[in-house]
Amino acid sequence: MKLIFEKSVKGRKCDILPKCDVEAVQLPEGLMREAAPRLPEMSETDVSRHYTELNKQVHGVNCGFYPLGSCTMKYNPRIDEEAAAMEGFTNIHPLAPKSSVRGCLEVLDTLRTDLCEITGMDGMTFQPAAGAHGEFTGVLLIKQYHDSRNDKKRTKIIVPDSAHGTNPATAAMCGYQVVNIPSAPDGCVDLEELKKVLGDDVAGLMLTNPNTVGIFDENILEITKLVHEAGGLCYYDGANTNAIMGIVRPGDMGFDCIHLNLHKTFATPHGGGGPGAGAVGCKEFLKPFLPHSALMERPGSLQVRGFMGNFLVCVRALAYVMTLGREGIPEAATNAVLNANYLMSRIKGTFSPAFDRICMHEFVLDLSRYEKETGVSALDVAKSLIDYGMHPPTMYFPLIVHEALMLEPTETEGKETLDWAADVFRKLYELGKTDPEFMHNAPHHTPIGRPDEVKAARNPIVRYTFA
Amino acid sequence: MGSYVPSTEEERREMLAGVGLSDYRELYRDVPESMILNRPLDLPEGKSEMEVRNAMAELAAKNTVYKTVLRGAGAYDHYIPSIVKYIPAKEEFLTAYTPYQAEISQGVLQSIFEYQTMIAELTGMDASNASVYDGATAAAEAAAMCRDRKRRVTLISATTHPDVINTVRTYCYGTNDELLVVPAKDGKTDTEALKSMLNDGVASFYVQQPNFYGVFEDADELGKLVHEAGAMFVMGCNPIALAIMKTPKDCGADVAVGEGQPLGMPIGFGGPYLGFMATTQKNIRRLPGRIVGETTDHDGNRAYVLSLQAREQHIRREKASSNICSNEALCALTAGLYMATMGPDGMAEVANQSMAKAHYLEKALTAIPGVKLRYDAPFFHEFLLDMPKCKEIEQALMEKGILSGLPYEDGMLWCVTEKVSKETLDTVVSVVKEVLA
Amino acid sequence: MTIKPELQYSKDHEWVKKEDDLFVIGISDFAQDALGDLVFVNLPEVGDAVTAGEAFGDVESVKAVSDLLSPVSGTVAEINEELLDAPEMLNNDPYGAWIIKVSDVTATEELLDAAAYEAFCAEA
Repeated sequence: MKLIFEKSVKGRKCDILPKCDVEAVQLPEGLMREAAPRLPEMSETDVSRHYTELNKQVHGVNCGFYPLGSCTMKYNPRIDEEAAAMEGFTNIHPLAPKSSVRGCLEVLDTLRTDLCEITGMDGMTFQPAAGAHGEFTGVLLIKQYHDSRNDKKRTKIIVPDSAHGTNPATAAMCGYQVVNIPSAPDGCVDLEELKKVLGDDVAGLMLTNPNTVGIFDENILEITKLVHEAGGLCYYDGANTNAIMGIVRPGDMGFDCIHLNLHKTFATPHGGGGPGAGAVGCKEFLKPFLPHSALMERPGSLQVRGFMGNFLVCVRALAYVMTLGREGIPEAATNAVLNANYLMSRIKGTFSPAFDRICMHEFVLDLSRYEKETGVSALDVAKSLIDYGMHPPTMYFPLIVHEALMLEPTETEGKETLDWAADVFRKLYELGKTDPEFMHNAPHHTPIGRPDEVKAARNPIVRYTFA
Repeated sequence: MGSYVPSTEEERREMLAGVGLSDYRELYRDVPESMILNRPLDLPEGKSEMEVRNAMAELAAKNTVYKTVLRGAGAYDHYIPSIVKYIPAKEEFLTAYTPYQAEISQGVLQSIFEYQTMIAELTGMDASNASVYDGATAAAEAAAMCRDRKRRVTLISATTHPDVINTVRTYCYGTNDELLVVPAKDGKTDTEALKSMLNDGVASFYVQQPNFYGVFEDADELGKLVHEAGAMFVMGCNPIALAIMKTPKDCGADVAVGEGQPLGMPIGFGGPYLGFMATTQKNIRRLPGRIVGETTDHDGNRAYVLSLQAREQHIRREKASSNICSNEALCALTAGLYMATMGPDGMAEVANQSMAKAHYLEKALTAIPGVKLRYDAPFFHEFLLDMPKCKEIEQALMEKGILSGLPYEDGMLWCVTEKVSKETLDTVVSVVKEVLA
Repeated sequence: MTIKPELQYSKDHEWVKKEDDLFVIGISDFAQDALGDLVFVNLPEVGDAVTAGEAFGDVESVKAVSDLLSPVSGTVAEINEELLDAPEMLNNDPYGAWIIKVSDVTATEELLDAAAYEAFCAEA
């Protein structure tokens, strides 16, 4: 389809503003812009049609099954959107006097109380704008803690090799040397490997539990104890909280600080890559180190972005927690786990699960044998799913499983969707044996075929060139 | 209790049996018994949709919605065209994940490509990324991208928004790098001080344009000094001002960043906002975050993909320059939509009207005895006044449904946008007169 | 797979050629094939010290980044700036597309001749 710039017609516009009712003011000579930016010139119909056309070329959770592992693509309730669009939230200035923003503060306080209860934490900040941003904030808490004790020798953060890529990148952003430890074959922490690297130079450990292959690490208490005995702190990557909320709490597993992805676990929409929110919770002793806004709250403390964070995302999350409440939270988790296990059991017999055991909210298929036999890769299967109206699972992650497809159905899918999805996988399993070529070329029914990524990277074109 | 689980109890039993289990508890058999929460969560009972709607409306009603907002300081109350509110609420845009699967994400990818182009146009720079969290983190990421092995020190002007300085300081604390604040003189960056602080260890200098006090900095001159010392020049710009103001590119900036909230996002008690980041051709690969690139598919159709991914954390892991992944895609879409709706003339109109109205108010207020412009320099749509009784003025205006300028350092930092009518501004002046009489 | 008889090879699949006092370094055909289509090369700066067995730069494909491990210790005397604009040269002509030249070499890793390298690759 055409780019918006290719639809622009000189002189077209939308009538938005009234005439200026005060005297015009000129910018001083040296400060003026030389030429106007070449922004599109469009009528309102043009704008509406353009974005509607774009919108048709997007697969959202509302379009169909979206089993994208580790991303928790659950249904995003519309009531949460309605709440976040209320004028009493959208039109509030962050620097308005406290007496004018009581409702906003109550939203944050209530959400904080609820999420602390769900995670077993004592304090929480909503300043981080995303999961990775939450990790950064959480590891900074660890850093400040050691600094406050003048414990300068702790220069390392331990990260298992099954971790999300953000974990090592975060540790590096916090000035730590990353110590990767090999996981046990099931993605769980290898206690012997952990013991080998623990020492008084370790600042902490970053861990996801259930881990990135969807298995709950049953040694978790031993792991956190060992780290604590070495003087380190334990950071919980909350990407997989949907499996356990209301059932077991990171705080009770021995973690000192955590982040939650409100856009995963608490059903706020992903928006095609944000905005989300990466709430960071911590135990009492870390509370003094939580970040604050210099202008809005108090100067002198750390701060990871402007003001108090993605507030309107917090409004959505609160509406969600309010809806589910005490019983609904564990019910969601249990059904997320049930759905994953059911789907895995239905696919079993075709593509093989990497770990054939009860999983948590997600599981990994290992297509390496199938790929050897048929030449059909995990990528080919993923792309073939698109033609059935299914969003592909996460591909080639975690790195410890080869030809991996990671599926997370979430609790908001019904049995018939899971049955249908399993049938699709079954069909593709057979198709790959008879017509691998067809799958190499998938998808067949999308606006574009597989794009040439090598070309895009070798010769980057990252903006439109005007004629 | 509200629930979004579709399956009936009967279906759930069937599924459980299909897995070979008889009890839900068995799903959690890997979790040590001692750790399992053996009590209900201490949360209220779940609610129906209608109850939630009412409860949220009650919370919203505890806030004061002002008819007029004369407070900026990083959050700007511009008019948001109706279409800009509706389109981003379309469910596909709203609920999709990051567009890793290009074949079913061309809509999101193209919208970002268009946004990147518009940001490049607005700033005059060669390339933009797909967004970062907000203006403060954009400044911090810019500082990080300018550092190399030899040049580690970041300089930032004292005339920058305090939250931005604090955020950059925090990121520097992370990587154990030094941040030095260049002092201000008469409401602008002190060029003499900057000169004395520049040396071959300095990676970059950041200046906000217009700065926190609304004042225009002598950006060209600052840029020249920075380049003479071999460092990179980073400008944090107000995107509305950019419609009429000399571009960062023309001021010699190597990196242009800023807070994108004025481009169609509500002030929303501080977020979600949008950080924009643009740079020169030479530095594209140093940009953090996602970048959409144009390519073709096997039939030669034009196609868009997330490109240059090898810079990013999911590939480079601990060697990535930033851990950023998902950030503010829907806000970037909103900003692109806003700029397309306003067009080049509309954007200039927003900027010109905001500036004209701010100057109108400034002139009227400084005509009142005891009120004085603190920094006598060209300003955009914000200005800092020395005036007594700030708290009383705030209170008196509040009673008229007007949020006053921000009480700051024994004065008041005022901001006027195109939304405010002359009539309202006249009311403000008379209220201030009354209080100070 | 091509292996040039006149070159020496490291076990990390770099080739080395001695030109007077300089050691010229590139990646082998085996390496470029395993790495896939390369899209970018991160090079050191002239004057940087390199250490045998440690990274002196990296190469990017679309989905991966791989360290370039130096087979020698010394000082970077020249870098092949053409690669910055045309990384595909490493795929198309791995033995023509040198990456860096190192001077003042103080140590080298164990280097294999062509026959030994061929045997080494066959095992891998």
